[in-house]
Amino acid sequence: MNIELITFFIFSTLLIFTCFKVISSTNPVLSAINLVFSFFLSAVLWLLLGAEFLSIILILVYVGAVMVLFLFVVMMLDINIAKKTAAYIKYLPLGIVIFIAFNVLIIYFFINTFENINYNAIKNIEIISDSNTENLGYLLFTKYIIEFEIAGLILLLGIISAIVLTYKRNPKNKYQNPTNQISASKKDRLKIITGLKE
Amino acid sequence: MIPISYYLILSTIIFTLSIAGIFLNRKNILVLLMSLELMFLSVNFNLIILGNYLGDLTGQVFVFFVLTVVAAESAIGLALLIVLFRNKKSIDVDDLSELKG
Repeated sequence: MNIELITFFIFSTLLIFTCFKVISSTNPVLSAINLVFSFFLSAVLWLLLGAEFLSIILILVYVGAVMVLFLFVVMMLDINIAKKTAAYIKYLPLGIVIFIAFNVLIIYFFINTFENINYNAIKNIEIISDSNTENLGYLLFTKYIIEFEIAGLILLLGIISAIVLTYKRNPKNKYQNPTNQISASKKDRLKIITGLKE
Repeated sequence: MIPISYYLILSTIIFTLSIAGIFLNRKNILVLLMSLELMFLSVNFNLIILGNYLGDLTGQVFVFFVLTVVAAESAIGLALLIVLFRNKKSIDVDDLSELKG
């Protein structure tokens, strides 16, 4: 048993355990923290697969931005955690049945299909250098440049929609109204009084 | 060398766990969104593994795009969650059934 297999087994067992804790804990803060742990563990597994850039991105973007966003929202909302257990028990048999059925179906398929295939047999990467990051950047900025730009547009869309959804105008504050300012003409502001004799 | 079926079985287990989480956590949309994140994680696992298997780097490029889309999706989802909590004072899924069809 080599060191790679031992690492894989340790981290995958921990990953399944933390995923189970995410869906089973009654406190949303604990769920979010277990989700952070599971992202760290899967980053280690991605390193084992040779995807160094993506594992660093997973830690930086997911743990650094998305999960902090989740934690902020958990802290902002005032959630009653006590009343969760009743519905949990109500849907538990359905959840177990679905878990077992899907697992049996898909794992049976995988074991029959991929059992005898050595996956290092095929090698046709257009290798620029030894670095995974450099190869990925080369592909991103040449072959997939349009998709890269569209990804930027999707992020812009995310920013705009999140701001529009959560923005709340306070009626006590005073705002400028640019439409009124632009459409004001000379007649509205200036009043010429004639006929004042003496 | 780790057999490819081990990784595929791992990602299947994560995916089914997150499906079961969506069924179980009916009282909390926040945990439902976290289950969605786990689902995306298992899909990314599959893309990286099968990309390695085919000897092609395109799988990792697609994981990059999936990560972008998921970041935007979770931002919009959490904004919707905040709007929901502002209007209803709860994030229960059962409180959402306003339409009595």
